[in-house]
Amino acid sequence: MKDSMSYDAVMARKNDIMRTAVGMDYSQFERGKIAFDYEAMMAATGYTIEEIMRVQSLFSVGNTPIIELKNLTALARKLAPKGKGARIFIKDEATNPSGSFKARRSATSVYQAKKMGYKGVIAATSGNYGAAVASHAAMAGLKCIVVQECFDSRGVGQPEIIEKARKCEALGAEVIQLTVGPELFYMFLILLEQTGYFNASLYTPYGIAGIETLGYEIANQFRAKYGRDPDAVVCTNAGGGNLTGTARGLRKANCNAKIIGASVNLKGLHMASDEQFNKKSFTTGHTGFGIPFATNPDRSDVPRSAGRPLRYMDRYVTVTQGSVFYITESLASLEGLEKGPAGNTALAAAFKIAQEMDEDQMIVVQETEYTGAGKHINPQLWFARQNGIDIHFGDPKDEIPGKNIILPAHPSLIDVTDLDLNHIRRSHIKNAVGMHKDELTDVDIKYLIDETKSDEAFVKNAIAAL
Amino acid sequence: MAKKGDWVQIHNIVLTPEQRAAGVPDDTKKCPLEMWVKGRLQQDAKLGDEVTVITRTGRTATGKLVDVAPHFEHSFGGLVPEILDIGDTVRAITFGGDDK
Repeated sequence: MKDSMSYDAVMARKNDIMRTAVGMDYSQFERGKIAFDYEAMMAATGYTIEEIMRVQSLFSVGNTPIIELKNLTALARKLAPKGKGARIFIKDEATNPSGSFKARRSATSVYQAKKMGYKGVIAATSGNYGAAVASHAAMAGLKCIVVQECFDSRGVGQPEIIEKARKCEALGAEVIQLTVGPELFYMFLILLEQTGYFNASLYTPYGIAGIETLGYEIANQFRAKYGRDPDAVVCTNAGGGNLTGTARGLRKANCNAKIIGASVNLKGLHMASDEQFNKKSFTTGHTGFGIPFATNPDRSDVPRSAGRPLRYMDRYVTVTQGSVFYITESLASLEGLEKGPAGNTALAAAFKIAQEMDEDQMIVVQETEYTGAGKHINPQLWFARQNGIDIHFGDPKDEIPGKNIILPAHPSLIDVTDLDLNHIRRSHIKNAVGMHKDELTDVDIKYLIDETKSDEAFVKNAIAAL
Repeated sequence: MAKKGDWVQIHNIVLTPEQRAAGVPDDTKKCPLEMWVKGRLQQDAKLGDEVTVITRTGRTATGKLVDVAPHFEHSFGGLVPEILDIGDTVRAITFGGDDK
């Protein structure tokens, strides 16, 4: 390996490579000691939400239906105290051309890449986003490379990720598959440098602005059909972009629905562990991404992530793997909707939270995702069983990620666990402040208040405790 | 024996265990970072040969030939009987008037 291509040498060129590959100089947004101007960065896309809707319509993205889950609501009401059991709705994002809400994220990125004259796009993703980018690159006549973390050291891949590889290839993309490890980013940088393609990162302002239309549509669809706003919107939370974009869109429509994040609990599993890679049954939507990205959003593949969920989150809950599989089957059996499991993380949470809410209230799950071979409860549970995971009916509270999957013995056992948002906020403050505790300016304090949706006293107390 | 022009898969070691990043968990650090790429073979070769391919995006890539005519075999898996039980349970509670 030539020295200029060594791990350290390539990582040292990160900022230059990124500037070329995103067409945006992030340094212009830096403020104070640790702060940056988030809204200025979001405005730098130059697109209004109406323009983004127009761009997405060029790719036939958006305007997905909202479906009322009447039978699932009826089931929740049977389990809830009298008078409780909010109406549950789901936004059927699987009807986007590439099968998930990620199409919104990708359309604006690919459009921007085309407009700026890039010959191709690259995305680092093992998830639905790859299919979205491949789909839009095909529509725009651009080349596309998708880089996946796919296999463990035995060469065994999660069926869900293998399916994503197939779909990306079917849409004309080149798929590069790697074994487990964060150094995927190193390969990603080399490819960006070699090809000169656009970095269609999940976390650019283009990507997140693309999701704003999802929240905006929810508000407008509810007003048109039900004459009022929903009371709560539940977002499956991993890298934070889904929740951030949806919440921003709701706010742009002046909708004040409560924003709830939901992640699958994978506590105890290390995301970069080769041995544990195939011990989990969810490759996204889980706490292994949800918590690190909430407490340190800038760990992503751009200098400043546009996905900043703590700015918007009112509540953050976890659900178990077994509960999400259970609700996915319930969605098929009770509503006739067969969807991929990961997107139903928020649905498992909503099913329980609806039971806490009044009957005349409305709760929305803001996505579904496509399903197919590999990416479906049957192959995912089958794969888990083949990998030594004990699957049985019982109380989901006894589930230990990586050891077992406990399918609720009764739907009344589906529950949510509330995470301590203030603890997560303090972690984010700690990460953001780093070594600069004694150098912070008023701009930095204001930034931390916005970052954590808190107040001056909370931020100052958190800093004092560092 | 693979022929020039065949659709094949190649394999590379991107980083040896010694070259892996600091902070990677120990079990992962014991393994190299491996990569697989598909493309059209640029010369006749046999499995295990170092070869050159042209990928779907037109990139030239080199590596060890590991598969000829690679294809997908992922499926819906074998029977997971618990899934049937879930469907029966929620239908019985919702539609069967049985709220136990």
